[in-house]
Amino acid sequence: MSEKVLMKGNEAIAEAAIRAGCMHYFGYPITPQTELAAYMAKKMPKIGGVFLQAESELAAINMVYGVAATGKRVMTSSSSPGVSLKQEGISYIAGSDLPALIVNVQRGGPGLGGIQPSQAYYFQATKGGGHGDYHIIVLAPNSVQEMADLTALSFDLADKYRMPSMLLADGTLGQMMEPVILPEKSNNSVEKPWAVTGTEGKRKHNIVNSLYLKPDILEKVNFERYERYKEVEKNEVRYESFMMDDAEFCVVAFGIAARISKNAVIAARKEGIKVGLIRPITLWPFPKKPLADAADQVKGFVSVELSMGQMIEDINLAISCKKPVILCNRAGGMIPSPEQVLESIKALGGNK
Amino acid sequence: MRRITLFCGHYGSGKTNIAVNYAFYIRSKGFKTAIVDLDIVNPYFRTKDSEKELEKCGIRVISLPFANSNVDLPSIPSESYSVFSNKDEYAVFDIGGDDSGAYVLGQFEPYIKAEKDFDNFYVANFSRPLTRNAEEALGVMREIELAGKVPFTGIINNTNLGEETEINDILLSNGEALRLSKISNLPLVMTTVREDLAKDVKAENIFPLKLQKKYW
Repeated sequence: MSEKVLMKGNEAIAEAAIRAGCMHYFGYPITPQTELAAYMAKKMPKIGGVFLQAESELAAINMVYGVAATGKRVMTSSSSPGVSLKQEGISYIAGSDLPALIVNVQRGGPGLGGIQPSQAYYFQATKGGGHGDYHIIVLAPNSVQEMADLTALSFDLADKYRMPSMLLADGTLGQMMEPVILPEKSNNSVEKPWAVTGTEGKRKHNIVNSLYLKPDILEKVNFERYERYKEVEKNEVRYESFMMDDAEFCVVAFGIAARISKNAVIAARKEGIKVGLIRPITLWPFPKKPLADAADQVKGFVSVELSMGQMIEDINLAISCKKPVILCNRAGGMIPSPEQVLESIKALGGNK
Repeated sequence: MRRITLFCGHYGSGKTNIAVNYAFYIRSKGFKTAIVDLDIVNPYFRTKDSEKELEKCGIRVISLPFANSNVDLPSIPSESYSVFSNKDEYAVFDIGGDDSGAYVLGQFEPYIKAEKDFDNFYVANFSRPLTRNAEEALGVMREIELAGKVPFTGIINNTNLGEETEINDILLSNGEALRLSKISNLPLVMTTVREDLAKDVKAENIFPLKLQKKYW
């Protein structure tokens, strides 16, 4: 049979993580990401890995912290309220310069919200949802194939820059089924001389810690960390540009919103409206330059979001408010239709 | 065609889609038809998504009033029992995936077995990663039977890759479906194929499927 298999987005993340050499999963069930944990529960015991359903999200993220300190690839997954609970642990992992993968299959909020899809955790993911000065790498897949591919990439980037990475998906991507070619088995794990693996009396012992007793040392650690973040911003920006060559208007959307937007762009083009799409794949680092460049070319932007308008702030920052940016959104678990996006493009002046 | 038809199978094998299409098929023959949504494990993409079209055709849709809402409760519509007393009505049951989805069937077991005029079809998609071959599919089948307590009466080969399905995928899967038939001692009752491909697949008992519309 062909290499392609039909998978749910949640399952694709799980299988891709295993193939990327992640043998440790800690989580706690929550709709709409539960299939990911369920897949791990089925598969990990068969391959000698660890699946552990912790007593809470807090416990799970701190187990991730522990395994990350040993240099092993490790992950957790949850949905919005559960990821909020993990924020303290994520801050500690970032403050200890450890790689780990956190998956957020977002659902409606705030509070307990609902179980339908959402993108209202953009702020939390990209601005550091926990305390202190830190960033995590945030990748936003828009297909089941990317759920798999970006999972592998998340591990690689986390290892490379010694920082947590997050896969920011949503309920639709987690639940929908699409054909996927699973990534080959790999473990591109870099050398981890900092890992706490036992010295065997041969080296100085390593310390994994986020507590610094002297403020000037803590400041130095922060400055050094931000030098690393600059490298990430320089090297790791990823985005997709669609029909932008002659575009007079630019739609900006990620994840499931980008798929809907793409259909709206195609429909608009059929009506003779010159519009294109920029789809951020990395939400942090945000594709500032491509957007700034687009601002010199287009008359305005539409930010399509399953939230009350979060990414729109980063678009305005990226383009230094040079051009108008309007919001096209649904919230609470609802999804915008291509028609709604098309209306917004026209409202921006794309009405011929 | 039996009065009661159940569709069970591995998670994501295509049960809901087949159940909905099968209900339309029965209705098109002029019979009174009901579809019962007993999927209590899947939060998205449910029978309820097709409710309007089903009801427009005069098919009775039995599902929880809060299916597709934010109420994430594994409960069963009490109306489900009505299909066992309405003897002049055909009923299609959409059961949740795997053994965890099939447990719900257990409480209907006495009614279904008393009915005698029923089919319980095992839906197989050999493009799913945990049921890539006949042996794996048989494993899932046995788990479901143990949980649902209703024996299977036939196999449906629903091997597909969604919109990317090619005729070759279906033809290649036929051997595996026949092997599953052999090792399970159950007949291969139909091969379900997306309707635009159905006319080009030369096999017995092809059942064309309409897929649900997506806009992403």
